[in-house]
Amino acid sequence: MTTNGIVAGIIANLVIVEVDGPVSQNEICYIKLGNTRLMAEVIKIIGKNAYVQVFESTRNLKVGDTVEFAGHMLEVSLGPGILSKNYDGLQNDLDKMKGVFLKRGDYTNPLENDKKWGFQPLAKVGDMVEAGFWLGEVKENWMAHKIMVPFKFTGKFTIKSLAPKGEYTILDTIAVLNDSDGKEYNVSMMQKWPVKLAIKAFKHKPRPSKMMETGIRCIDSLNPIVEGGTGFTPGPFGTGKTVLQHALSKHAEADMIVVAACGERANEVVDIFTEFPLLDDPRTGRKLMERTTIIANTSNMPVAAREASVYTAMTIAEYYRSMGLKILLLADSTSRWAQALREMSNRMEELPGPDAYPMDLPAIISNFYSRAGFVQLNNGKTGSITFIGAVSPAGGNLKEPVTESTKKAARCFYALSQQRADSKRYPAVDPIDSYSKYLEYDEFKEYLFQNISPDWLEKLLYAKNLLIRGKEAYEQINILGDDGVPIDYHLRYWKSEVFDFVILQQDAFDEIDSSTPIKRQKYMMDKVINLIKDSYEFETFDDVNKYFRRVINLLKQMNYSEFESADFKKFEVELEQILNERRVAQLA
Amino acid sequence: METQAFQKIYTKINQITKATCSLSAKGVGYDELAIIHGRLAQVVKIIGDNVTLQVFSGTEGIPTNAEVVFLGKAPSLKVSDDLAGRFFNAFGEPIDGGPAVEGEEIEIGGPSVNPVQRMKPSNMIFTGIAGIDMNNSLVTGQKIPFFADPDQPYNQVMAIVALRAKADKIILGGMGLTNDDYLFYKNVFDNAGALDRIISFVNTTDDPPVERLLIPDMALTAAEYFAVQKNETVLVLLTDMTLYADALSIVSNRMDQIPSKDSMPGSLYSDLAKIYEKAVQFPSGGSITIIAVTTLSGGDITHAIPDNTGYITEGQLFLRRDTEIAKVIVDPFRSLSRLKQNVIGKDTRADHGQVMNAAIKLYAEAANAKTKLENGFDLTDFDERSLDYAKEYSHDLLAIDVNISGEEMLDTAWNLFKKYFTQAEVGIKKEFSDKYWPKD
Ligand SMILES: Nc1ncnc2c1ncn2[C@@H]1O[C@H](COP(=O)(O)OP(=O)(O)OP(=O)(O)O)[C@@H](O)[C@H]1O
Ligand SMILES: [Mg+2]
Repeated sequence: MTTNGIVAGIIANLVIVEVDGPVSQNEICYIKLGNTRLMAEVIKIIGKNAYVQVFESTRNLKVGDTVEFAGHMLEVSLGPGILSKNYDGLQNDLDKMKGVFLKRGDYTNPLENDKKWGFQPLAKVGDMVEAGFWLGEVKENWMAHKIMVPFKFTGKFTIKSLAPKGEYTILDTIAVLNDSDGKEYNVSMMQKWPVKLAIKAFKHKPRPSKMMETGIRCIDSLNPIVEGGTGFTPGPFGTGKTVLQHALSKHAEADMIVVAACGERANEVVDIFTEFPLLDDPRTGRKLMERTTIIANTSNMPVAAREASVYTAMTIAEYYRSMGLKILLLADSTSRWAQALREMSNRMEELPGPDAYPMDLPAIISNFYSRAGFVQLNNGKTGSITFIGAVSPAGGNLKEPVTESTKKAARCFYALSQQRADSKRYPAVDPIDSYSKYLEYDEFKEYLFQNISPDWLEKLLYAKNLLIRGKEAYEQINILGDDGVPIDYHLRYWKSEVFDFVILQQDAFDEIDSSTPIKRQKYMMDKVINLIKDSYEFETFDDVNKYFRRVINLLKQMNYSEFESADFKKFEVELEQILNERRVAQLA
Repeated sequence: METQAFQKIYTKINQITKATCSLSAKGVGYDELAIIHGRLAQVVKIIGDNVTLQVFSGTEGIPTNAEVVFLGKAPSLKVSDDLAGRFFNAFGEPIDGGPAVEGEEIEIGGPSVNPVQRMKPSNMIFTGIAGIDMNNSLVTGQKIPFFADPDQPYNQVMAIVALRAKADKIILGGMGLTNDDYLFYKNVFDNAGALDRIISFVNTTDDPPVERLLIPDMALTAAEYFAVQKNETVLVLLTDMTLYADALSIVSNRMDQIPSKDSMPGSLYSDLAKIYEKAVQFPSGGSITIIAVTTLSGGDITHAIPDNTGYITEGQLFLRRDTEIAKVIVDPFRSLSRLKQNVIGKDTRADHGQVMNAAIKLYAEAANAKTKLENGFDLTDFDERSLDYAKEYSHDLLAIDVNISGEEMLDTAWNLFKKYFTQAEVGIKKEFSDKYWPKD
């Protein structure tokens, strides 16, 4: 028997429903408004009153309108066909909607029910299986999409029958499983999972240790992130959070990218829609869109669905991680998600925490970040979700609840600085304030030693120190004047500027400079660190200044040229000549 | 707004606050309009039979036995081609003495465009103001505000931009506009012979502030009609969005909502985003571009209104008085058009991007030199040159009275580079320096 109810009160998208039976927290219900059904989620229950947040505008809704409860939480459909899709926050396929404008209650199928997929069994009849076990696979774009025992199945099962190699739809039964009591269950290629719960079908979550190459130098060469790591990018408006997220989604070494456009601009999603189908993924030779799924719940779309959108994205990432894939999950911006929570909490007249955010905000954020990570699956294979969230602090002040809570949850901190953005030093990631906790992990240090180069970490730490010393010198010069300090201070400052301009700054809109493979990063890092370690002789501080501008200019020309091309080498020769003009002692 | 015979009339109001009245009523829809004591009001809360109305013009003098009639619809606007050339108040009623406009009645504040139905904005709007075209190129379908102190000539600049923009329709949404400014716009548009392309929705300082809340949605409903149904390029001017936000906070305070930063409602971001996100480029050629004004108090952009705006819009334009040249300029450091990369080097010459960046970096060098000078330090030869450069750059390219073409502005910049610097100091990709560095 399903529970029904009637509308008893309306305050914007918070609706009070008087119910005639049992309801559960986070249960989904549908409010009937004429011929449309508005989806809503239970967020509080007091006696007979269920408080629901409606995922749509409540305009024209009346007291007395009828409500039907669905008996389950907000769920997503998981199966082949998710790659390359554009979904809203509730996983409606945006491309299947008719008309220019979104219509209330227009819920579309996230997958295709009649499309046939070439199924290849991976298990055999009689196998003992459990949730997440790979029964077979289909080819989705370029990847082997594993068909798994549904995550909702608890305990052990035996495979009673398994479909042979062939073409099936997502609704066809491809396996029949027996539980220990001999009860039979049909399994198809599609399953559902409630987004607010983490998918835990894996053996364990070891500490991550492999570097996730992003192609972004200020990350890889200074504060690298790992596969299965977490990071966040707080920054005032206009400092480059979205450009950085887009750059990551284009260039990062991942099998799949899930982009959650959460409460930000629609035009930024359009950028991805338009560019990604055209851009090549250098690793597969296919188009970037083929490894990308977009969850677009932009700022003008319903606020409650915005809150759901990050969970929808995370659940999709978890589903693909269970296939042994490397997923990069990006959310822009998690502050908008927190604000959606705040709006509802205020409407429910809850006791507010700092800045009127709900009291449990830190717990909600850390709970979400903890769903990312590197996992070992039950079959011994590994998968990962690397999560990088943008944070938009009010007034650019990092001492606000969302930034502070996120800082406790995420392990990499990429602080975008207003000052750097103003002087167009992009990406504006502050090299001194930012950090990667992974640099402290012994297993990660070992990885760098073995896989990048034995002295990578040493160089990286040297660079960090160089930047701090450069900044100190700059401050002294500003206080005492150009003439008031020894020439050595100028030298120190300009050496840090070389590193800043050549390694840290990177033009996201230049075809070549926008992404730097690790091999090239290593080459440039060696080149720059070596020339910084060399000694030079100058008569006046003005000479230092002029000289290093020339050095920087040539190194930048190298950055803009194809790696190891004729141009690249020509600039390099020219650079050596300049270096020889002033160099007195060269590093061995 | 007449009441009709079959409508039930309520006469028992049980609660009155500064902005709201509550009464017992049945069958009322959320967001529905009502007339209370001859004033327009809107349903903002329903709990059981108890309905709370927000009265746009305020509740002064409303008695507990006032007549209340519900209109059975949300605020709406009748749209047709006849809107062109007309002036309306916040309720969409003519204020120019002309007849009411007939047409399809559309509820304002309607649904959002499906993101997959949008097109990437990629047509540059040339304004002739090089401070905008070169450093902060505007694009159709963009939303961008002027962040301005009240004493800056933002209305003048906005009017110039509007007239040079070659839009099919210009829709002015005036909120808390002084009568003088209202007449300024009217005259400028009239003198340019553009009145038939203009539609205005105006709430002046004489009108009740809460009425302003309807202005952006009215203006944008009209804009959607022309952009979607007529495939026109529509430019919407919204001034002053700070006064709009102030009206939001008045309402939420009076409804006892918990304020967040700067006594603004916690939903400020979503409220503003719903308006600005109406800016769109459609594949059919129609577009809505929004240029707004957000006045600052004491230049503080960390205040909740400009801060939330900055997070929503695609950049912002700052005006500043440059005392060196005694002119108002478009500040190149603080201004930013986020969509400029969609058109730079595409709708403009290939060297545009690099020239823009180099010119600004050198201007920044001058700012550093100036600080040094003020602190009493000696300047290097490079410092001296950058200071001279900055003056000319500001005068020839940043001042708001500049009116030149896209090619001219780039050539002007190259000439300035050559006049004051070496190629290495400018640091532009060699392929461009080879081509554009002025020959002797
Ligand atoms: N790496 C980069 N290279 C070149 N330009 C950049 C880079 N990063 C940012 N920019 C410039 O800064 C502008 C703003 O960047 P972006 O939109 O990413 O800011 P944001 O931090 O996401 O702002 P908001 O919080 O308002 O969304 C871009 O439009 C671009 O002009
Ligand atoms: Mg952004």
